[in-house]
Order: sequence, then C-alpha cells, then structure tokens
Amino acid sequence: MNETGRRITRRLILGGAQIAAVVLLVFAATEALPGDAAVALAGDQPDPARIEAVRTALRLDRPAHERLLDWTAGLLHGDLGVSLTSGRPVAAALADGFGPTLLLAVPTVLLLVPAGIGLGVLAARREGGAVDRAVSAVLIGLYAVPEFALGALLVALFALRLGWFPPTAVGYGTELAAHPEALVLPVLVLLARPVCSLARLVRAGMLDALASPYAAHARRCGISRSRVRYAHALPNALAPAAQQLARTVDWLLCGVIVVEALFVIPGLGTLLMNAVAERDLPTVQGLAVVFGLVTVLLNLAADLTTHRLAPRTAVAA
Amino acid sequence: MHHDPHSHPLRPVHRGPAPADPGRLSGLHRRGFLTASAAGALALSGCAGAAGPDPSDAKAETGTPRRGGRLRAAFAGGGAGETLDPHLSNLFADAARAKALYDKLADYGADLSARPRLAASWEPDATLKRWKVSLRDAEFHDGKPVTAADVLHSYRRIADPKRAFRARASLEPIDLAASRATDDRTVEFVLKRPTAEFPNVMAAFGASIIPASAREGDFDHAPVGSGPFRLVSFAPGRSTLLRRNDAYWDGAPHLDELEFVVADEESARVNALLGGQVEYAHELNPTTARAHEHGGHVTIIRLRDSAMQSFAMKTDRPPFDDPRVRRALFLVADRPELVRSVLSGAGGIGNDLFGKGYEYYADGLPQREQDIDRARRLLKEAGAGDLRLTLDTSPVATGFTEAAAVFRDQAARAGITIRVRTGNKDTYWKDILDSGTLCCYRSGAMPIESHLSQRLLTDSTTNATHWRHRDFDALYRQAQSTRDPQRRADVYARMQRRLRTEGPFLVWGFADWILGTARNVRGVERHAPANTLDWARFDKVWLA
Repeated sequence: MNETGRRITRRLILGGAQIAAVVLLVFAATEALPGDAAVALAGDQPDPARIEAVRTALRLDRPAHERLLDWTAGLLHGDLGVSLTSGRPVAAALADGFGPTLLLAVPTVLLLVPAGIGLGVLAARREGGAVDRAVSAVLIGLYAVPEFALGALLVALFALRLGWFPPTAVGYGTELAAHPEALVLPVLVLLARPVCSLARLVRAGMLDALASPYAAHARRCGISRSRVRYAHALPNALAPAAQQLARTVDWLLCGVIVVEALFVIPGLGTLLMNAVAERDLPTVQGLAVVFGLVTVLLNLAADLTTHRLAPRTAVAA
Repeated sequence: MHHDPHSHPLRPVHRGPAPADPGRLSGLHRRGFLTASAAGALALSGCAGAAGPDPSDAKAETGTPRRGGRLRAAFAGGGAGETLDPHLSNLFADAARAKALYDKLADYGADLSARPRLAASWEPDATLKRWKVSLRDAEFHDGKPVTAADVLHSYRRIADPKRAFRARASLEPIDLAASRATDDRTVEFVLKRPTAEFPNVMAAFGASIIPASAREGDFDHAPVGSGPFRLVSFAPGRSTLLRRNDAYWDGAPHLDELEFVVADEESARVNALLGGQVEYAHELNPTTARAHEHGGHVTIIRLRDSAMQSFAMKTDRPPFDDPRVRRALFLVADRPELVRSVLSGAGGIGNDLFGKGYEYYADGLPQREQDIDRARRLLKEAGAGDLRLTLDTSPVATGFTEAAAVFRDQAARAGITIRVRTGNKDTYWKDILDSGTLCCYRSGAMPIESHLSQRLLTDSTTNATHWRHRDFDALYRQAQSTRDPQRRADVYARMQRRLRTEGPFLVWGFADWILGTARNVRGVERHAPANTLDWARFDKVWLA
C-alpha cells in the first residue's frame, strides 16, 4: 500500500471512531433532554397512567445502557431500528428525507464553488479598487442576513409579487425533482452565506499568495501575471477554501433546517427537528450516524484535495 | 409532537387547540341564518354581476354547490411520524384526515353538544346506565355495511390497556365486557355508572369506527373507513390524497379530490395560500389575518371565542390554598389588555369559566372586572400582603410567554411580585401537572362536562390545579344521573358559580381560531370550533 492509501485507511479508522463518539454523545444528549417519547407523545394530556403505558409499549422502561446496546447491535447488522412515534423503520424515514435534502445540497454546492471562487478572484484582482470594495461590502452585508429573513424577503419579492417562482414546495413532497422551479429560492437562501465566507477566504488566500516571495520570484523570472495568478497563487488560496467547503457542508445542515421549514421541503432537517421534539431516539441516532458519516467522508475528501493543491501544507488528521 | 385537539397541541407552537362557537346558534337557527344570507347574496350577485372583492360572511357560504376539483388544505403536521390510524390521532391534521376517511357514532355541534352521525339514535334506560344505540344504514369503503360488531371492535381496540390510545380515557365509562350487539344495527352499551352525557363519549376525539376486519398493518396504505373520502395515497409528513366516496351515507362530497399537505411554519402556510399552492390554510396568526383580511386575495375566517386562555392555580398548596388569594388574582387581571396585547385583539375576554358559548355555559354571571384595591384588601386579609409567585410558562402555545409577561406587570400594580419561569415546550404539560403553583394554561373545545370530568374531579387524570372537593365531585355525579336536561343545567350552573367565585382557573380570554381560504372556496362553516363536526368538514366544501 502506498503512502496515500495508508493515510486514507488511517483516516477512515479514525472517522469510524469519531462516528461512534458522535453517536454516544448524541445518545447521552438526547437522554439528558427532559422527558422521553412517552411524555412528548402525551402532549397536553399527560395522564400518568397513559404515559406509563406508552413507556411500557415503547420499551422505554428499560435502562439506558440496555437500549443503547440493543440499538448498537442492530446497527452492526445494518438495522437502524424503528421510529418510536410512527413504528416505521428509521432507515425508510432517512431514505425519504435524504432525497429532498440532496436536491437542496447538490445544486447549492455546485453553484457555491464557482460563485465563491469567482467572486474571490475578482475581488483579489482589483484589490482596494471599486470592484473589490463593492464586492466585499455586498458579501459582508449579505452574510449578516439570517436565512429566515432572507427567505421571507425572497419569497415576498420573487414568489408573491413577481410570481417567478412558487413560494413553497408544499405538496411536491414525493416528486420534488420534477419541480426544479420550487428549488430556486431555497437554494439561493442556502447559497447566500457560504458564498460570502468562501469568497472572502479565496480573496484573502490569493492576496497572501501573490504577496509571497515565490510569486515575486515567479514574476521576476518573467512568467506572465495571469499565469502567476491562476497557476501559482490560486491553488494555494484554494487549499483553505477546500477545508472551508467541507465545514460549509456541515453548516449547510443548520441552514437546511430553517430553509426546509420555510419552504416546506420534507428533508433531513425537518426529520431531525421532529425527531428531537418527539424524543424519537432511534431516529435521532440514525440521523447522527448519517451526519457523522457525511462529515467524516467530506473532511477526508477535503484533506486529500488540499494535499494535492498544496502538498507542502501539513495535513493534520 | 404537537397536538391536541382538545386542549393544546403537542407541539404547539403552531399546532393548536380548538375553539368555540361564538354565535350560540342552534342547528335550526343556523339553518335560518344560512337561508337568509343565501337570498341576500343572490340579490347581490344579481346587481353586481361578476364577483367583486366583497369579503362578507354571507357570500362565502352561498351559491349552488359545484361539483368537481381538487382542494389542497395545509395543516401543521406530525412529520415522518404521521399515521392514518384514526385512533392514534393527536394533531389537528390527524383529526381532519380521520374525519375525511372515517366516521364516529356522534360528533359535536357548534355548541359542543353531541349530534348523531353513524348512530341514528340513542336511548338510555331509566338508570342512565344502559344505552341502546341504533346505527344508520352506512357502508365502509369496501362495500360492507357498518355493523354493531364493528362498533364494539373499534371501542375495544381503543380501550386496549396495552395500546394507550388517546380516546381510551374518554371511553372509560363504558363496561365493554358487558356491552353487546343485540342485532346487526343495534349496540347496547352497559356503563359503569349513570352517565347522562354518554353521547359525548361517542363524539369523543379519536373514537372513530373502523371495520372489525381491519388489519393492523393496513392503516397507512389501505385504510377502510365509512367517511366521505377514500384514500388514494399517503406519504407521512408530506401529503395525503383522497378521492370522493360516491356512496357516502351523508351525500357524496362536492370535491373530486382532497389533498392534505403539511406545512409546520405559519409563514409557509400563508405563502402557499397566497401563492395559489393551497386553497385552505389552517391556523393563521392574528397579524397575518389583519394583513390579508381586506386585501381581497384570500378569505380570512375567524372562528370566534375558540381556545380558552387562562392561568391555572394549584389549590392544594400555598399561597393558593387560601381562596382569598385566588380571588385576589381574579381581580388583578386586566382582561381587555391581555386580549389586546397577547392575542393581538383576535379574541374576547373571559369570565373565569371554561366553555363560553357551549351548551350549559353559565352566561348569566356578571363579567369580572379588574379591581386592584379589592385585590390588595383580600391579600392583606389573607396575610399575603407581600405576595411572591413563580409563573410557569413555555413557548408551547401561541401567546403563552407574552401572557406571562403582561400578567407579571399587571400583578405588580397590586404589589404582587411574579417571577416568570420558562419551561421546555416538549414536556410542559407533564411538568405543570404536579409541580409549581401558577402556570399558563389553555384548552381547545370540548363539552363543559368533559372539561369538568377530565380536569376538576378528585380522580381526574389531568387535574393540573389539584382542585379536589368531595362535594364538587358529588355535584358532578348528580348531574350525570339527572335525566332532565333543565335540571342537569341547574346543577352545572351551581358548579360553575363555585368555579367562578373561588375556582382554580383564571380564564382571561378566548382566542379566535383563524383560517384562510382561497377566494373560490365555498361552504366553509364559520361557526365551528376545532374538533367539532363542521370544522375541517371538507365534504361540504366546494370550489366556485
């Protein structure tokens, strides 16, 4: 096995441990929430006898470690258990929620990368000029707007006033992919803040690189300015950007919760909100596994990319 | 998750409870009202020609029903945990879907009195402990008739101690082992004690009739009910598509199709309605209603005086074990201000009694007014001149945290120091059941009798005020063994006078329940508290 292969293996083993830690933490955190599924289900009719009966029916009367062991044993067989509230398999709920979330995340990332890099490079090329200042001002301003406010604004303008896009994806649940127009506004909201942070990062990275001795040396050797800019400075600016991108995807999950609620897109964010409110532990745990897996794989990919772009940058696991 | 149809929703920030009927119109009166307004609207359209933006109440109810079309209705929902099992209903969305697919033996009229549905008639014996219920000629979606065996099967499933269905507590008066089918269309219910209000049991939330042949796994993909619509498709937390049941015993619906969609955020429901993505949006905010009431794009429907808003005092512990302190609190509240600021004006003031507008409501009692001086005197007498209280609240229901803040300021004027404590919304109702002394409380529509029996008897399971008085229990039993409605009303009036004088609930207001519909939606009943027969009754709605 070559060096890269060994590193990947090491990272994957570490990632597995990280996921296990996340799952344990999430289990403990959910256990620490006041009340359990029986209490949450009882709602405004907290008849103690009924709560007790639900607790027995859901087998919540067993000690926490037993329930965790059962769940873990199931997980090792690829079984995520059944939802406490609906009695349906957690895996099915995750699969249902994954589609809509992916429909939001993929276009967001596909647009994020060119838009973020493009704006960053544009601002860096005109450092200190009117374009740089205008771009920076807009990006910082946009970054300050919370998703919820931006979403409400976009809906009021582009959906209700101009009628260009539908205001929500309500009713498209199972055939969301067939209504791409319903995804435009949600993706714009999701895009808004990551574009800002990514562009700022690329701009700063490029300015650093252009000011570095090796760029100066390259220029002294007579290499053209644009070649220095794109072949030498840009890859160095992109290394931190790749890391940032991986973190952004985690961060997108938070934004996704707001966006899904606002636009009625029944994805993983909605699933998570409901599962926590219902103390539906198996579903929360299933989501923790999925999110953990996504995070580990993305960070691994980001590290590998960084290594390729700037091999001299040491990559900490 | 949210949801109580009866009192509060489980997940309530937006899912909520239910309302009451404002007008107190009897069935007969209401028919009179509708007829009159129909004539008026005909005259109007005669001269005005095309429908102008006239949002008058009468208009929405009139015209000749037109057959056809699909109506999409947005409700707050239960996410991936949703099911079509009518006995698991918890949310308004569940209740509305169950109503479309299934029937109950009885349902509540606008005044929360029981009206016959699958039961064509009911007759008690002299002791009020045996009730003979005759079923009407109705059939399930699979063509089989609804029989007495199906009724008993449904009730036994609900009452199964291993299942913990919500309606189980409501069916508790029935001795199901002794009850039997005397023939295919007659059930003889044997009760554990005299129950004059037994029809309320048959109308209880979640007491739907399913066929005896229903299989446990079939509810979500092949539910068989006797309701006005049949299932086409169902995706939990997304959409439920139904089609007209042409063989419905109460007349086939006007709509071809009915689709329930789930949108938990109020803003999403409003946007979907404004954007033409749905024709009916349940549970809107007062501010939304005001913004769109006169805009002409949508019709806003206010079900007046709907959800009871109150503060509940625990009467078994200091300082509220002294009735003078409870009376002082009654006098401290500035009700009009609470309604203005907490409900944004979308509601009416309360008189420390549940059930304004419902059958047996004691509406002859004088309206309570703020009287700070008398409150101070009462507190001094009680030796509580420097009263300090903790008020529990939570974002579990609309207006709760605001109500707590407003009341804190009002109480300060009488020298009472209130500390507001904000609790977890997912466990609030359980948390306030036994702990604390003072809390925000609310309830949707239910008969006054149910409110009494569920919350104010010594053995009530959700007695959040710990109001336990043997003589009060005795009055309740007396009412339940009184056949004559007038004499029963007298007993209820006595109980309510006591509650108003020194009771545990400071009922300061009744919130409007607000719906929005597209301009072409007709036939939406305006005098129907949530959870009553005519609320969310899509078989009577049509698209103009």
